[in-house]
Amino acid sequence: MSTMEGDLLHTVETGSISASRRFWGYAALWVSAAWFAASFMLQSSHDLGWTQLGFENWRPVLYAYFIWAAVLCATRVVIHGEAGKKALFVLPAALFVVSMVVFPLLFALWVGFSDWNLASPTGRQFNGLDNLRQMLGDAFYLNALINMVYYALAIVVEYAIAFGLALLLSQEIVARKFWRVTFLLPLMLSPVAVGWMVGKSMLETRFGPIARLARWLGWENPSFFGDPLTAKLSIMVMDAWTFIPFMMIMLLAGLQSLSREVLEAAEVDGATKWQRFWQVIFPLMLPVSVTAVMIRIIFKLKLADIIITVTAGGPGGATDSVTSFIYREYRDRSNVGYGTLLALVYLVIIVIGMTTMINISDRIVKRMTGRI
Amino acid sequence: MAAIDFDKFARRQRARWWAMRFVVYGLLVTWAIVSLFPLFWTISTSFKTAPDVMKGNIVPWYDFTPSWLGWRSLGLSPDALSQTSTVRDEFMHRLWNSALISGAASALAVFLGSLAAYGLGRFSYKFGHMRNSDISFFFLSQLIMPPVVLALPFLVLYKQLALLDTFGGLIAVYTLMVLPIVIWIMRDQFATIPVELEEAALVDGLSIWGAFSRIIVPLVAPGMVAAFILALILCWNEYFFAALLTSTNTNTLPVMIASQTGSQGINWWSMAALSTAGILPLVFVGILLEKHIIAGMTAGAVK
Repeated sequence: MSTMEGDLLHTVETGSISASRRFWGYAALWVSAAWFAASFMLQSSHDLGWTQLGFENWRPVLYAYFIWAAVLCATRVVIHGEAGKKALFVLPAALFVVSMVVFPLLFALWVGFSDWNLASPTGRQFNGLDNLRQMLGDAFYLNALINMVYYALAIVVEYAIAFGLALLLSQEIVARKFWRVTFLLPLMLSPVAVGWMVGKSMLETRFGPIARLARWLGWENPSFFGDPLTAKLSIMVMDAWTFIPFMMIMLLAGLQSLSREVLEAAEVDGATKWQRFWQVIFPLMLPVSVTAVMIRIIFKLKLADIIITVTAGGPGGATDSVTSFIYREYRDRSNVGYGTLLALVYLVIIVIGMTTMINISDRIVKRMTGRI
Repeated sequence: MAAIDFDKFARRQRARWWAMRFVVYGLLVTWAIVSLFPLFWTISTSFKTAPDVMKGNIVPWYDFTPSWLGWRSLGLSPDALSQTSTVRDEFMHRLWNSALISGAASALAVFLGSLAAYGLGRFSYKFGHMRNSDISFFFLSQLIMPPVVLALPFLVLYKQLALLDTFGGLIAVYTLMVLPIVIWIMRDQFATIPVELEEAALVDGLSIWGAFSRIIVPLVAPGMVAAFILALILCWNEYFFAALLTSTNTNTLPVMIASQTGSQGINWWSMAALSTAGILPLVFVGILLEKHIIAGMTAGAVK
């Protein structure tokens, strides 16, 4: 999105806002803010044990926040008139995201540096850098991070298959819609259901059809989750099965938007199919490819459902993703503090990694597309 | 002589064309089998009995006689429908939860996201140092936020706010999860509409809100539908937050399916029936609304 100077849509301010209207607007805003602050303080002191007075839980504070947020939105119009109406387009979403992300993130920083077992009666205990120290010695967390690299690398294969399928669908074929819908279907399925359908039943070692096929092909004792390598591959295959259609659709859209003239020109110039693909189609598809792969990486970094339901990270953590590892860390030990710190470190790694990757890919795309 | 050569050339061309056709359709059929077999397997297994499962029978009516065993255990077979069934009640409860939560979250996300995307596309904002592009980036960057980062803080906060195992709590989380995607799609939609339309509407005396709701919304309705459906699919399939933040009251379908998988000695037929019942709604959505799904997924990707 390009930065804009001034509004794209100009509006004319009709009438001025009277001083009393403005006054009541500010008054409502400050009253609701004061109410929210007061209820927040009251409940904090109640939780800290300073006062007996307080509510059973923080719900009333939340309501006060809602009221303040609603008043804030409404008073935009009361105080600023037409300009306030413009602000109202973005304000609700911004308030929502800030209160749902920024505030919990700050809270996470507070939780991450404490020893907090939800099951224990002692409650939260600040423990400084202990969690960080524990993390550095945690071989399983490191293992989960390395697994994420493997899982991310599997995207190369997924991308190749998705590109192949997109090329197939862009050929002159009958019943194109049928094939497209068929290929799209796996994307509709929940990873949990896929975990059962494929992971637990089709890959079941005794009766599963794939196990039977493997036995028929000469694999004596097919076990897909027995040793680390095959287990990891099985998880990758299941995840790929659900998400290949996603990349396929994006690449297909890219292929369909390629200009006919360029392709025909290449054909007239006598380029073979192979040359046409590598020297014309592939470079032209780079921007779309980068978008598709980036979004895919983002989704891959959240990989957890299949692992939690099928292998629970086993054997010996070989299939653990960071998310499934932290999930079990919480489920088994209900240690919120340590889990939160691990998640925060993961977030930092992701942000740094993604920024670098976007920069590098931008440069590559510029160089490649600049050449032709 | 030249004529014969020409003929030979044409024949070779045709042979090559046929070979190409063969390869293309061969690959198409192969991948169709890869895509559909797990579905077929699950659906057919839900009609099998124990010996059929163990023998690995695949083709119904030829290999095995379909039976309602799996569906009966779920209380959804024709003869069990008239009787009361606790499993069916639970299943319907979860189905309703899933529908309500994903529907409400998607609707909320489309509402908030459309407004934000429209505002960011038409007006210039300044919030401290943040300008339009920064605010856009702030919204879209939420996409890379892994759920696990927010999961445990949410767990603790929700416990304090008594929001655990409530509809509101889960709807809020799901709205947050799909909001960046909705904004991404809608931004693209609004960009295709010329500003002159609203200018004309403003001249005719409509306010900005009037122009938005009466002129713009009808025009981007298809885009909103696409965004809604994509959000719906993501919410319907979500498991991680549902597993953490719900316990008995507002469990969604994936949580029910996962909890059944965990138990030892599961009945294949009933698990298959449960999985089938869980995925069928979305399979229908996929088949019927494929156009919108594709429109949603490709928005913003291709310029």
